[in-house]
Amino acid sequence: MTVAISRPPSPDNKPFGNFMSSILRLLWQRLVISVVVLIGVSMLIFVIARIIPGDPARIALGPNATAEQISNLRADLHLDEPIITQYGFFVADLFRGDLGISLYTNRPVTLDIAQFLPATLELVLIAGIFMVMIGLPLGVLSARFQNKWPDHLIRVISLVTVSAPSFVWAVIFMLLFAFYLPLFPIAGRLSDLYEIDRITGFLFIDTLIAGNFAAFGDAVRHIVLPALALALSGIGQAARLTRANMVETYKKPYIEMAQAYGFFPSRIANHYAFKPSLIPSLTIIGLDFAAMFGNAFLVEAVFAWPGLSRYGVAVILRKDLNAIMGTVLIIALAFVVVNIIVDLIIAFLNPRIRYSEKAKP
Amino acid sequence: MIRAFHILKSNPLSLVGMILVLTITLCAVFAPLIAPFPDHNGAVVEFLNANKAPSAQNWMGTDLVGRDIFSRIIYAYQISLVLGVVVLAISTPIGTVVGLIAGYKGGWIETVLMRITDVFLSVPPLVLAIAMMGVLEPTLTNAMLAVTAMWWPWYARLVYNIARSEREEGYVLAAEVIGASSNHITFREILPNCLPAIITKMTLDMGFVIIIASSLSFLGLGVQPPTPDLGSMVAEGARYLPDSWWLSVFPGLAILLAVFGFNLLGDGLREILGVEE
Repeated sequence: MTVAISRPPSPDNKPFGNFMSSILRLLWQRLVISVVVLIGVSMLIFVIARIIPGDPARIALGPNATAEQISNLRADLHLDEPIITQYGFFVADLFRGDLGISLYTNRPVTLDIAQFLPATLELVLIAGIFMVMIGLPLGVLSARFQNKWPDHLIRVISLVTVSAPSFVWAVIFMLLFAFYLPLFPIAGRLSDLYEIDRITGFLFIDTLIAGNFAAFGDAVRHIVLPALALALSGIGQAARLTRANMVETYKKPYIEMAQAYGFFPSRIANHYAFKPSLIPSLTIIGLDFAAMFGNAFLVEAVFAWPGLSRYGVAVILRKDLNAIMGTVLIIALAFVVVNIIVDLIIAFLNPRIRYSEKAKP
Repeated sequence: MIRAFHILKSNPLSLVGMILVLTITLCAVFAPLIAPFPDHNGAVVEFLNANKAPSAQNWMGTDLVGRDIFSRIIYAYQISLVLGVVVLAISTPIGTVVGLIAGYKGGWIETVLMRITDVFLSVPPLVLAIAMMGVLEPTLTNAMLAVTAMWWPWYARLVYNIARSEREEGYVLAAEVIGASSNHITFREILPNCLPAIITKMTLDMGFVIIIASSLSFLGLGVQPPTPDLGSMVAEGARYLPDSWWLSVFPGLAILLAVFGFNLLGDGLREILGVEE
């Protein structure tokens, strides 16, 4: 059994210096864990990818390949070496920024990912903004009107939103708000009539660089429905969590005191109850946000969004191992980065954070 | 039991959830008796009746080869429920044992087991399941395998957290003092205290497994046609929006209804069993 020893506060350091150093320590620890996690994920995918039946070289070359061609490609891909050596080659290539050649597009996987990733990133970021900007206020409202009709309404709605996969919402939104009420475009990222140079790959930035505000507006209109479909269950989840944590906060004496002082209920909710309730919800909101990189696959398929999904599904159906590894690794990387950012936000919001708490038994 | 009844009565939503879950389960079990066209769960073709809007004869319309969508949804529920039960029946015990051992034993076992768990938890479950299905053949068994492989770490994490705090409790120390074996303490003393949280999570997870499994088949990586599956029905129908809306909307709503039922029931169970979120 381990016993937590809390570090005694050092008297020489100013409080703020302490805070910054604890943030840096947190960042460092998080980075180390993330590297371990990424290595783990890469090994996991690597093992899965290599134990499958079927010869990747034969699949890549098709049924008409000669035995010599196959054995050449096997040698190129190091397929005849032991699996540990293969993994070694893979990691060495990875450090050179080389994820291998996609057997599907015949291009370097890194190039493919660089081409498709911005569209997915843009979609996920906007969906994340929706999740926070809609979900949190709903949760606050729900807690403020606890057990009154706005609360009941928001609770039922948020439970409905978490009860369907994002592709179902995508289909329903498309039908309602693109076909029946033609408020938004049906599919794609940009109407054909705009020609925008792809500089960053992010249309929101590229259209502004081009100074084409009509195209910018068009890109905004295109992203609303897919981002909303992607964000919807996250919105419900964020609202539920915020409500649950705020209801707990409302039981604290200091809230009662604020109420006794006659502060406005809205001030109590927004100023005093919200922040301490936000911190415990943030970790899960961060996980939900990161999970959108997976769910984006589903929404992109419905709205013909030219992101990683179409590429990912295509390479999966063709058993294109390099490309599968690359896609999964890039999503895992995004997931890990988002988690680090969320941890840092929590640390900034909560100066009390004492990282040694993690070591408690 | 009486308390449970009172909570159910005071919380009509969980009662609704229970009724939904029971109805869907009964429909799935007695599918051949309930489905108006029981033979439509396979590769039946009735081109004369293809792609018809909902009517008195076909309540939810017919699909592109003339099969009754309502009947196919009922059969798809069968597959979703079996998949959910199998996934949870395998992943819950694995995760529970891993979590108990890591939480009670501590030391290097804890470090190794929980680091492995963290690796699984650090990637969205859907992404790893997609990656696994990418290298496996898309069949029902493999879909179960992929989802199960993604699922046990969540139970390991849950049980680990409970076990870690329980091992400091007086009753565990008492059992240690009278010389109980560590097996006895883990499985007879600590495990029963994890059960309410596990049961609640399993109920909520039935819905979540249905979502993940239908997502896999939506991408064409799960159950293959002609076997009816809610996800692949939505995927097929989404191409014929808006004219043939019934092809995708009804299977989509079917997913929503089932998952909503399990979520309501799980929320109610959480209150009845007093599990913290």
